[in-house]
Amino acid sequence: MKPARRRKLKEWLIEKAILLSGVFSVVFVLLIFLFLLREGLSLFRGESVLDFLLGKSWYPISSPPRFGILPLILGSVLVTLGAAAISVPIGIAAALFIAEIAPARLKEALKAGIELLAAIPSVVIGFIGMITLGPWIKNLFNIPTGLTALTGSVTLAFMAMPTIVSIAEDAVTAVPRQYREAAIAMGATKWQTTWRIVARAARPGMVAAVMLGIGRVIGETMAVMMVTGNAAMIPTGMLQPVRTLTATIAAEMGESVQGGAHYAALFAIGIVLFIITFLINGVADLFLHRSRR
Amino acid sequence: MSPRLTQKIAFTVLFLATLLVVLPVAVILAIIVAKGASAISWEFLFSMPRDGMTAGGIFPAILGTLYLVLGAVLFAVPLGVLAAVYLVEYSSDNRFSRLVKLAIVNLAGVPSVVYGLFGLGIFVTFFRFGASILSGSLTLGIMILPVIITSAREALESVPRHFRTVSLSLGASRWQTVRHSVLPHALPGILTGMILGLGRAAGETAPILFTVAAFYLPRLPQSVFDQTMALPYHLYVISTQVPGIAENVRYGTALVLLALVLLLNLAAIVLRYRFRKRKKW
Repeated sequence: MKPARRRKLKEWLIEKAILLSGVFSVVFVLLIFLFLLREGLSLFRGESVLDFLLGKSWYPISSPPRFGILPLILGSVLVTLGAAAISVPIGIAAALFIAEIAPARLKEALKAGIELLAAIPSVVIGFIGMITLGPWIKNLFNIPTGLTALTGSVTLAFMAMPTIVSIAEDAVTAVPRQYREAAIAMGATKWQTTWRIVARAARPGMVAAVMLGIGRVIGETMAVMMVTGNAAMIPTGMLQPVRTLTATIAAEMGESVQGGAHYAALFAIGIVLFIITFLINGVADLFLHRSRR
Repeated sequence: MSPRLTQKIAFTVLFLATLLVVLPVAVILAIIVAKGASAISWEFLFSMPRDGMTAGGIFPAILGTLYLVLGAVLFAVPLGVLAAVYLVEYSSDNRFSRLVKLAIVNLAGVPSVVYGLFGLGIFVTFFRFGASILSGSLTLGIMILPVIITSAREALESVPRHFRTVSLSLGASRWQTVRHSVLPHALPGILTGMILGLGRAAGETAPILFTVAAFYLPRLPQSVFDQTMALPYHLYVISTQVPGIAENVRYGTALVLLALVLLLNLAAIVLRYRFRKRKKW
């Protein structure tokens, strides 16, 4: 082959490889969903979808087994709402501080700190939550165990904050300069500008930040498994042990029999989680695009 | 209340909130170092566990994590960088490239335990790799793909447009342009993404639970088809599953894991900072 032709062939191959790599991300998303369906759908041969989603008891190893995930859904919702209640106001406030108020050097340091917080492995956060926060909550409220929904919410709040802060901070920074200059020129103080003008203009991005933070919390597994006490009952308060969707999969997969109903039920929980996070991320992405425009 | 006073109060509140976000990093670090440093020794880092993991070291867990992380990066970096090249250099803003971007966003949002299920379904069961380093690495690799792609995209996009125009105008082909005029300048950014991916893969537990992680193994893994112990799973095991482990061994294990992950991330932050400062355009 002539060198020129060989080069052309090489380029052609490389271009195809590049295109293929782009295709792969889409393929992986489809494969994830496909394999969850493949292993999980067999549950619904013996069980209706409604009984699965709204069933009040999760007794996977009794006979006959009961696969109702309502207690797990409520456990996830409770822990997530608690975490959001803590992390959203703090996270948005921190984002405003970092983007608008902190001087340049402090800003760099704070952003690095937040990146490090995001990097701490969830099993380490769970470990710390379990042996410091747990006993503390137990003594504070004088309850039999410190591993409760509240412990989970506080722990997860710290895991949601880096996501919320960094995305909200981006949104605040992206607000055009003229908005601030106009407000200051009208005689507004820096705070009035920040709160009434900038924060308002950055709202779509902040909504996206909150949603992605919540997405992270719902999907979080190890930390939540270590600090929430794992009782698969319908929760009635924040000071009780609860069990989330994610923790159930992680805790029970080892003891389920491959191909059995329990195994399928755990994959079916995976389908539910996948759909929830897919929706959250999709909507958050829409908000992000709106804020960029 | 005067606007000035309001401002003072508001800024103080915002500052306190920021402290609340950042301080836990310092507190967690301080607790783990204070209680775990006494466990760290040559023996702890480089010997096998003994007596039901209550004595000896955590060497197999450290080694296992290194294997897994290397495997994940070997898989994810070429794929991720090429995908980024596709998005930045080859695709126009059409429906397909938007689909790819949406897929990346969703890959980033899939819960880690769902990656574990996926790995179990496809690699362990369907491809019959069994619970093995191969299955675990591939699962972790797909999980860190969005991190790699996003960093590589940012790095490629930061290379000025006219670099490409000049190269193309001199008669270089598209790939030659990418290879010689764009990629070299994006390399530090790509490297940053790789290190971040390493750190993320090293710390994750849920994806390896069902695909590779072993509770305890008496010997080191011999091939990619063997199971292995891994640091994050080991920390989970000794802090929740095995009673009677000395406190400083638990903290010591947490310290090794945390040090590994934070050092990787710190390296990435420093690299990115210097890269931005040194940039000539």
